[in-house]
Amino acid sequence: MSILIEHISKTFGQFQALSPLSLDIQEGEMIGLLGPSGSGKTTLLRIIAGLEGADTGRIQFGDRDVTNLHVRDRRVGFVFQNYALFRHMTVADNVAFGLDVLPRKERPSPSEIKKRVMHLLDMVQLAHLANRFPSQLSGGQKQRIALARALATQPEVLLLDEPFGALDAKVRKELRRWLRGLHDELGFTSVFVTHDQEEALELSDRVVVMSNGHIEQVDQPGALYASPNSRFVFDFLGNANVFEGKIENGQWRNEQAHIVLPKGAAQQNGQLYVRSHEFTVSETATDQANLPLKVVAINPIGAEVRLELSPVGWHSKDIWEMDLPHKVFDKKPVEKGQTVFVTPKAGYFFAQDAKQAEPLHW
Amino acid sequence: MSSKKHTASQLRVGDRPWVKRSLIGLTLFLTTILLVVPLIAIFQQAFVKGAGHYFTSLLEADTLHAIGLTLLVAALTVPVNLVFGVMLAWSVTRFEFPGRKLLMTLMDIPFAVSPVVAGLLYLLLYGNNGWIGSWLYEQDIQLMFAWPGIVMVTVFVTCPFVARELIPLMQQQGREDEEAAVILGASGWQLFRRVTLPNIKWALIYGVILTNARAVGEFGAVSVVSGNIRGETNTLPLHVQLQYEDYQAAAAFASASLLALIALLTLLFKAFIEWRQERQETTL
Repeated sequence: MSILIEHISKTFGQFQALSPLSLDIQEGEMIGLLGPSGSGKTTLLRIIAGLEGADTGRIQFGDRDVTNLHVRDRRVGFVFQNYALFRHMTVADNVAFGLDVLPRKERPSPSEIKKRVMHLLDMVQLAHLANRFPSQLSGGQKQRIALARALATQPEVLLLDEPFGALDAKVRKELRRWLRGLHDELGFTSVFVTHDQEEALELSDRVVVMSNGHIEQVDQPGALYASPNSRFVFDFLGNANVFEGKIENGQWRNEQAHIVLPKGAAQQNGQLYVRSHEFTVSETATDQANLPLKVVAINPIGAEVRLELSPVGWHSKDIWEMDLPHKVFDKKPVEKGQTVFVTPKAGYFFAQDAKQAEPLHW
Repeated sequence: MSSKKHTASQLRVGDRPWVKRSLIGLTLFLTTILLVVPLIAIFQQAFVKGAGHYFTSLLEADTLHAIGLTLLVAALTVPVNLVFGVMLAWSVTRFEFPGRKLLMTLMDIPFAVSPVVAGLLYLLLYGNNGWIGSWLYEQDIQLMFAWPGIVMVTVFVTCPFVARELIPLMQQQGREDEEAAVILGASGWQLFRRVTLPNIKWALIYGVILTNARAVGEFGAVSVVSGNIRGETNTLPLHVQLQYEDYQAAAAFASASLLALIALLTLLFKAFIEWRQERQETTL
């Protein structure tokens, strides 16, 4: 079922949680609401569910206006970060709850309910735990049960609030893949909230990046990564190093460091954002850049080696990070405490006060 | 690191044997002279003229009436405060509204204020010359110096117990369970009966036990509004005092022993509830 959100806003006391925002979600789509805490993503999700009322605006499921419809009658599935399983009920009773509370006319017979519950438990691969209590389950199992419970009433909209936030990295990855599979198989429309950019990029058809109650950008993961349209999105999508430069003789200069502008770039003061893998490292400065940095930490992470670097003779608000493939690192290993020079290969330039970035290549 | 921890724990207060022994010894000694000896004395005094006298004094018409009235007061007070306490706890933990904090402070007034003052206030309001009482008098309704007045002040004095037990628990449990239930389509009643009530069950029972214990034993507020009419508005605690003033010490202690017995049973039940709760938490 498609979801149409029009000019929704919300304030809590003095705090503007959502500025009027609109969003159009297609039927069968999986949407990730991504943002830091306080960005309004959870509030938006709760407004879609009906757990909070919006101050202004309109929400439509398909062609049905649900703005003033009670939570109970919206018939959405909702999965909480902390599962919210009923602790005094068995797993089977938890999953059956949504069917048990149906009005008598609509309620399936007890044997039919039992059959449906077992089917759902099979689907989440936990049929053997039907008679356990929630406290006897691991976090990952609880979240699967919470999902089975949410799907019991066959909602056409599934909403998930940081569904994997409380799980460890390995389980999270596994559940993510499994959720995506389930979504594709059953064809419901999903909206989930996350502050984990990797999760949002991996799982969503489209990512909605939010900050301070605004939508910053809505795009497919690839497009979002390739062309972030604001500083915020660039910062939040991560691993970008910022060089604050002032124009001097066709170079951006920051104290002792400088970068030569690529051909055709406008001569303006501003910030150059460079992603952590778009560098080369050398022992001396190059014609293109003089960026001395001291190696403060070396961490092998998966397929790459991450260097943490602090500027020498120039200034940066944050520490710099660089990811090198093991092969490259092994050929020319660096040591902690050593000073290296880095040269950007590509980057995005934000002129002072500009909202849009200019992509650059050397 | 571990050796540091070790020395720190060696320096902990009470870790030296003599400190430990004298603290425990002193506590036991004080418990004995402050709690155990008086309790034993009650039963000893009650039976001082023999078991026969004990039971005859309990079966006296006025005493039986006092027992009946006390039970009636408790039987009316407990359900009222059960419903009121749940409503109060639900309102302040599940809704945001102006004055919520104030309400949470106000609900402790019956604990903070002396019961005698509470009794006097009710007399001022509902007595025959009182603000509301004079109007009620015209309608031929008498609340004070009659059992309804006793129930009213007992409700007042015991009203925080249930809410006080429920509020911290309901705050800690949060709203998520109820939100989950309502999203799944539960009606208000289904939500309360199938999700909220099982979650607060033990705290609720605990609150009821405390309410009952206090309702049975309340003296100060009741003594102001009851008028001490023997065989009519005398509750068991008032009856004890009346008998004692009549120089019927043994009979007074017999009645007192009943109150003590109720208190002991309450504590026993409370201990049982706590044990059940603990067991449930460890098995769940």
